[in-house]
Amino acid sequence: MTEPPATTPDPHPVDQPHVHGASVELRSVTKHYEAGERGPGAVNDLSMRVPAGRICVLVGPSGCGKTTTLKMVNRLIEPTSGRILVDDRDIASQDPIALRRGIGYVIQQVGLFPHQTIGQNVAIVPSLLGWETARRVARVDELLELVGLDPARYRDRYPSQLSGGERQRVGVARALAADPPLMLMDEPFGAVDPIVRERLQEELLRLQARMTRTILFVTHDIDEALRLGDLVAVFQAGGVLAQLDTPQAILAAPASEFVARFVGADRGLKRLSLTRVRDLEPSPVPTATVGEPAAAGHARLAVATPGIPAGWLLLVDAAQRPLGWVPSARIPTEGVLGATLAEPTGAILTPWMSLRDALSVMLDAEVVTGVVVDAEGLVQGALTIDRLADTLRA
Amino acid sequence: MIEGILTDLAAVMTWFGDPVNWTGRDGIPNRLTEHIVMCLLSMVGALVVAVPIGLYIGHTGRFATVTVNIVNIGRAVPSYALMAVLYPLSIAFVVMGPGADIAFLATFLAMVLLAIPPIVTNTWAGIRGVDDDLREAARGMGMRGHEVLRGLEIPLALPVLLVGVRIATVQVIATATLGAVFGGGGLGRYIVQGFARQDDARLWAGAIMVAALAILAEVGFGWWIRRVDRHAIVTRR
Repeated sequence: MTEPPATTPDPHPVDQPHVHGASVELRSVTKHYEAGERGPGAVNDLSMRVPAGRICVLVGPSGCGKTTTLKMVNRLIEPTSGRILVDDRDIASQDPIALRRGIGYVIQQVGLFPHQTIGQNVAIVPSLLGWETARRVARVDELLELVGLDPARYRDRYPSQLSGGERQRVGVARALAADPPLMLMDEPFGAVDPIVRERLQEELLRLQARMTRTILFVTHDIDEALRLGDLVAVFQAGGVLAQLDTPQAILAAPASEFVARFVGADRGLKRLSLTRVRDLEPSPVPTATVGEPAAAGHARLAVATPGIPAGWLLLVDAAQRPLGWVPSARIPTEGVLGATLAEPTGAILTPWMSLRDALSVMLDAEVVTGVVVDAEGLVQGALTIDRLADTLRA
Repeated sequence: MIEGILTDLAAVMTWFGDPVNWTGRDGIPNRLTEHIVMCLLSMVGALVVAVPIGLYIGHTGRFATVTVNIVNIGRAVPSYALMAVLYPLSIAFVVMGPGADIAFLATFLAMVLLAIPPIVTNTWAGIRGVDDDLREAARGMGMRGHEVLRGLEIPLALPVLLVGVRIATVQVIATATLGAVFGGGGLGRYIVQGFARQDDARLWAGAIMVAALAILAEVGFGWWIRRVDRHAIVTRR
C-alpha cells in the first residue's frame, strides 16, 4: 500500500477548486460476523488512508468486504476491532446520528422515498437538521440545477415518474443536500444502462471538479474504478486490501497476481485510455509550408528526425494546419512545393484524445505516425505507434 | 318461487315505508345510530390497542412471530362464544362500576377483540413490506428510529394497514348484530325480533341494513386506500 506522491498530478484539474473534504483513515479495522449475523462480507485487518478531497474507489469481487468497509464509515455497521477516523477524529466516540447527517450517502437502489416528491426527497437531511423552509426550498432548486434537472419540472414529481438515470441524479442531489465533506456511494450507478452510467460518471467528475470533496465509491466494475478514482483500492476475498494506489500505478505495476487478473488482460489498453495525447511530448517533425521552394524541403529532410520514420515531409498550409505527408522521392528537385504533392493523412491526434483512441485512429488510417495538433488544429509534432508502446513499458 | 320472493320484497318495502318503524326506540334512526356508534367505539378501541402493537413488532422485528400467532388464535374464537363468556364478566364489571349497559359492554369488548387481529397483522405486514434498501437509506441519512417510523414506514405501510382496518370494520359491522341476542341495541334487534315474532319483513329489513352498512364501509375504505396507495405501494419495487 502506497500513498500517491505529492507530485502526482491531479487527474481532474480545475482552475479554482473549492476543496471541502474530510480525510478518512482506517486503522487495523476488522469486521467478523457472528454465526447467524448477516452482512455483506467480512473485513480483515484493513488499514488505509484517503486524503481529503480525493475520490477513492473500493473495487473487488462480491463478498470482498468493500460494502462493509463503506458502511463502517457511517456506522451502519460497527467494526469488531480497529479504529476509523474521519477528519482525524475517531468516529466511535461520535453520535452516529450526527455523524451520518454530516456524510452524504447514495445506495445502488437509490432509496428515494416513493411517497415523497423529488423536492421533499432532496430536502430530507436539511429537514432533519432543522433548516427553515426558505433555505430548504432554495437549496433543493440549487441542487436539482447542479445535477442537471430543471427544478420547475422535477421538484413536484414523484420518483416513480422519473427514469432510472434521473432517479440516480436525484439520489446524488439528496446526498449533497447538506454539503457534506464526505460522500459514501455504494454502487450508485449499478442499476442503469451503460450509456447512462457513462454520462453519470462524467457528471460526477464534473461535480467533483467544481466542489472537491472526499468520496468513497464502491463498485465491482474495474473500468468504473479506473475511470473515477484518484485512488483505487482493490479488495480480494476475505476482506483483504490487495492494493491501494493511483489507477496508473495499479495498471503499470499490479501488486499481486490477483490484482493483475482483476484489472484484466487488457490492462495495457486500459493504461492507454488513462493517458491523453497532451500528456506526451510530441516528436518534432520536418514541415514545409505550401509554396516554399522544393530545395528547402530536401534540406529539412536531411536533418535527422529521432522518434519518427525518416524520409517524410509534412506539408502544412500558411496557418500551420497539416495538409499531408510527402515522401522524399516525390519532392521535385526544383520549383515550389504544391499542395497536390501531399498524401492526405487520416491520423490527426487532438490533445484531449486518449492514447487508446490515438492508437485506434492510427490503425484505422493504416499509418505508424500520427500528426499531433493543438486545440486550434495547428501542428505540434508527431507520435508513432512505437512511442505509444513505450509509454506502457515506462 | 319468484312469486314468493316478490311477495317478500313487497313486504320488506312496506316495512320500510311504515312510519312506525322510523320513530321511537325501535325506529330505524335510533337502531342505526346505535349500531354505528357501537362499531365506531369498537374500532377506536381496537385501533388504540392494535396499531401500536403492530407498529412495535413491525419496526423492531421483536416478538413479531409470537404476537401474530397469539392474535391469530384469537381470530379462531367465534364472536358468539366470546360474548357468551364476556357477558357474565361484564355483569361482574358493571355491578362494581357505575351501572352501564351490560350487553353493550360485552358487545364492545367482543368487537374490539374481533377487530384487533386483522389490524395488528396488517400493520405489521405493512411495516415489514417496506423495502430494506429504503430503511437503510433512511438510517444512512441519519434518521432516528422514530423518524424512520414516522417519515417512511408508516406512510408506506398505510395502504396495507388500512386494508386491515377495512377487514376489521366490515367484520365488526356484521358481527355487532349479535349484541341484540344478549339484549343490546343496534340493527341486530330487527333480526332477533323478526325471528321471535316470525316477522320475515322485519328480519329481512334488518339484514339488508346491516349488509348495506358493511358494503358502504367496504366501498368507502376502498376509495380511501386507492387514494393513499397512489404513491406508496404502486411505486414500490
